Amino acid sequence: MKAFTVHRGRVAPLDRVNVDTDQIIPKQFLKRIEKTGFGKFLFYDWRFVAEGKPNPDFVLNETRYEGASVLVAGKNFGCGSSREHAVWALSDFGFRAVISSSFADIFANNSTKNGFLTVRLTDQQVSEVMRRAQGVDNYQITVDLEKCEARDDQGFSAKFSVDEFVRHCLLNGLDDIGLTLQHENEIAAYEAQHGVPAGLQDRGAVG
Amino acid sequence: MGAGRTLFEKIWVAHLVATPAGRSPILYIDLHLVHEVTSPQAFDGLRSAGRGVRQPARTVATVDHNVPTEPRGSPITDLIAARQIAALQANCKEFGIRLFDMDAPEQGIVHVIGPELGLTQPGMTIVCGDSHTSTHGAFGALAFGIGTSEVEHVLATQCLAQQKPKTMKIDVHGQLGLGVMAKDLALGIIGHIGTDGATGHVIEYAGPAVRALSMEGRMTLCNMSIEAGARAGMVAPDETTIAYVKGRRFAPTGGDWEKAVERWRSLPTDQGAAFDKVVEIDAAQLCPFVTWGTNPGMVAPVTGRVPEVNGLQEGERRAAELALQYMALEPGRRIEDIKIDRVFIGSCTNSRIEDLRAAARVAKGHRVNTQVRAMVVPGSQTVKRAAEQEGLDRVFLDAGFEWRESGCSMCLGMNPDILQPGERCASTSNRNFEGRQGRGGRTHLVSPMMAAAAAIAGHFTDIRNWKFH
Ligand code: SF4
Repeated sequence: MKAFTVHRGRVAPLDRVNVDTDQIIPKQFLKRIEKTGFGKFLFYDWRFVAEGKPNPDFVLNETRYEGASVLVAGKNFGCGSSREHAVWALSDFGFRAVISSSFADIFANNSTKNGFLTVRLTDQQVSEVMRRAQGVDNYQITVDLEKCEARDDQGFSAKFSVDEFVRHCLLNGLDDIGLTLQHENEIAAYEAQHGVPAGLQDRGAVG
Repeated sequence: MGAGRTLFEKIWVAHLVATPAGRSPILYIDLHLVHEVTSPQAFDGLRSAGRGVRQPARTVATVDHNVPTEPRGSPITDLIAARQIAALQANCKEFGIRLFDMDAPEQGIVHVIGPELGLTQPGMTIVCGDSHTSTHGAFGALAFGIGTSEVEHVLATQCLAQQKPKTMKIDVHGQLGLGVMAKDLALGIIGHIGTDGATGHVIEYAGPAVRALSMEGRMTLCNMSIEAGARAGMVAPDETTIAYVKGRRFAPTGGDWEKAVERWRSLPTDQGAAFDKVVEIDAAQLCPFVTWGTNPGMVAPVTGRVPEVNGLQEGERRAAELALQYMALEPGRRIEDIKIDRVFIGSCTNSRIEDLRAAARVAKGHRVNTQVRAMVVPGSQTVKRAAEQEGLDRVFLDAGFEWRESGCSMCLGMNPDILQPGERCASTSNRNFEGRQGRGGRTHLVSPMMAAAAAIAGHFTDIRNWKFH
């Protein structure tokens, strides 16, 4: 996994609450069997009015937000479907972090597995970042996971909290499957004690 | 020990494999359900790390999201979907995983077949790369949706590193009225607590109105937990649960059954156990609901109107305005005056035999409105066969509904069943997000009875005034 330590980048404001993963990556693009290549479909139904024709009213199509790598959005970001494709699409498009006042659980979980940061600030702080991103030209923010702080050059700074273990994994780019496998002995002991239910054991000629 | 423990805590503790200091606890997973859309990248990850599937016997796969609902045997015309299905077939073969494939008599939506095959049992931890895994909580299991990285994690380790969620009790007093279904209870709750009302929590549904629900009703209710932001939803196992599981294909037998039942009876939340949050609902206050917006929390009673947006808070008002614009509705419009073009009866929320019986009872002796195209998509082949044995297919066909093969179908429109731009649909599924059923499509969530009635009337209508034949 890609490590996340400190990132500075342009901020794009998506002034909507309850942005669901169906919007982040519509289902017609979930059929790929790779993890890559989802960026071009990010927010597809909002970004394009018709097949391939950009919607001039959508924020990510404004030239002033070109190259943005931090997204700021309203509460309950990433609700709905568990599709990790949403995180893949945001990352592939160039985003490294999303700032919001709340995130849906599965989305937040998926983010941590992809070196993608969900930055949780208060409603007020989110509104402030939103206002600056809308008002200040080339507005940049620094997301600092080492200090658990988001700050800009105009005097804004806010602390955010991240689960200690998640932070550790993100800072070091750790693969958490490897970490779980360090507990091989305990897993094996648990399995020895519980065994596979009889009904599941006989899989006949599977496959 | 102080106060007692909740159902959730009992299952959580029983599945802790390790609690490493400063890290998330590691939880053992009893059953891992897999489908074609969220798994290919996980299997690829395993291969590139040189890992295998730790417990293929605890892993069960089916195809549901992509499969066409035309008669089986017709070729899959969508080549990318076909490729995804082929990938699952190859992965199951390579790793020795049981797959209920396209042509299997057990095929169906993953959350329908788990319970009906008896794979889903009380006290289990169950995961699947799909947010509606919460459905299985109806059995008093801890069941939640995971992303693809976590699918890979479970394949490789049969465990998940999980932060412990908080608990929320939703106590539903009284009794649901006639014509008010589990779906209405779910919509009523989400309308009340909001689509992020249970974020970070596992819900336990309790109270007489929940106890009175059938297993099908409990599944509908738990299914929609994720739409309130919950990690999972649960109902404590009782005699209804035990009677449902008994004799199913993967249910324990003989002495194992006796032992299992004894264990299950010890699962319900102890008297006096504390929850982080408690919500009280009066079932008598609920009625048939219809969503008017673009998230499942935007609901109104069928007898009500599209709400005014002026009174709402800033962010919510903007969201409501955008939703109304998308839905082509204006505040104050009577819900019963909203005309529809399509009806979809199906999805892991409402495609079980009881749902189809309820819808068929409404449809019987009526005709689908000439302006409406209505389809019924059973949740599984097993449901489909049972319905046909009871003659429900005839009732639907005679009334002018389409009768299709099982799958997710128009719940998310990954197969050819989609809405055209601007089409308005009464749907028994769980999400009314923009474009969910097809770009520009407008979805209203309702119960199976309300959907059937809308198909016939051509607009929403209060099922409590229905003329049953
Ligand atoms: S029916 Fe709909 S919600 Fe259920 S698993 Fe299929 S796509 Fe997901």
